[in-house]
Amino acid sequence: MELYLNLFIKSMFLENMALAFFLGMCSFLACSKKVETALGLGVAVVFVQVLTVPLNQLILHHLLAEGALSWISPSLAKVDLGFLAFILFIGTIAAATQIVEMAVERFAPALYTTLGVFLPLIAVNCVILAGSLFMQQRDYTLGESVVYGVGSGLGWAIAIVAMAAVREKLVYSNVPDGLKGLGITFITAGLMSVAFMMFSGIQL
Amino acid sequence: MSASTSVFGRHEKSALVTPVFANNPIGVQVLGICSALAVTTRLDKALVMAVGVTLVTAFANLAVSMVRNYTPSSIRIIVQLAIIASLVIVVDQVLKAFLFEISLELSVFVGLIITNCIVMGRAEGYAMQNPPWISFLDGIGNGLGYGLVLIVVAVARELLGAGKLLGYTILPTIPDGGWYEPNGLMLLAPSALFLVALFIWALRQWKPDLQEED
Repeated sequence: MELYLNLFIKSMFLENMALAFFLGMCSFLACSKKVETALGLGVAVVFVQVLTVPLNQLILHHLLAEGALSWISPSLAKVDLGFLAFILFIGTIAAATQIVEMAVERFAPALYTTLGVFLPLIAVNCVILAGSLFMQQRDYTLGESVVYGVGSGLGWAIAIVAMAAVREKLVYSNVPDGLKGLGITFITAGLMSVAFMMFSGIQL
Repeated sequence: MSASTSVFGRHEKSALVTPVFANNPIGVQVLGICSALAVTTRLDKALVMAVGVTLVTAFANLAVSMVRNYTPSSIRIIVQLAIIASLVIVVDQVLKAFLFEISLELSVFVGLIITNCIVMGRAEGYAMQNPPWISFLDGIGNGLGYGLVLIVVAVARELLGAGKLLGYTILPTIPDGGWYEPNGLMLLAPSALFLVALFIWALRQWKPDLQEED
């Protein structure tokens, strides 16, 4: 239990996807003008992340890892399809976002109007693919990958909502012409990243 | 030989050169930020990443452009993703075989070329409408524009943070008996954001028409 809690805190703050690894920066910058949009995108990312990381973990361990195919015939025991991981991960992610989109549209129309536009966008958000790739690199078990999915998704969501809140206030400040828009957003993100570094060293 | 029929006329040249400065993918189009920030702590990593992204973008553009007339628009994203993912697998395997150390350092960021917005953005926004050769050049140009920012940021970070370039000592640091006090912040995450902000500022002061209104 302690292990899971530790992993959760670590993936949420210490290794914050947006501010420590710069992942999902494109949508982080593009969709952080309003808190409402940021919240919608954040929730959608958590949703898809929780679904795809464990799903890819299952695919990796039951189809791609060395010896995973030995149940078909013993002659396949040495086959290692690990190099196909990238293409299968991205396929799973694209399919999962599509299914989530259809399911949400059918069963929760109110949620769909909020999340709808973001779901297709998420298929190519680096946070999602990175979640699966880190899972592969660090060899997480199924339980760990669920926790990691929740933690990293929530961490990214917190970062983008905080960013949007800062940017809403930033409208009132007098920024040099060349820094307007993108430039000042980068500097804000840098300062937030400094703030998040205070979490380093936290051990539960 | 008119510009439209030659292999490397004015049109082709502009496809290659415009993305490097005037339409820089990072500074102007705001594409591909993620990896630009994460791999720039050392120059060698940035160089490998720049070459990888340039090759993937160029060949993805070429392949997408060649099949553009046979791709139904409803499944074009998945077709593009499949092409890009296959190319990235090739890059990853080559790196693992010949540059294993760097491939370990880059870790997940090689795989993340798949979702690098430059590759997707150019395939979707340019290669789907243009013939193969010019799309290929556009891919090279965008890769170079991306590489330029990466190299500038990486030089600043490695030089100021560790006093080295490509692992060779340029500024002898105080812990090694020299005179330069290394700026540790440069090796940490936030400095990349500040440096890119400065780069964008400089670019937009130089070309005021790129400035934003709000």
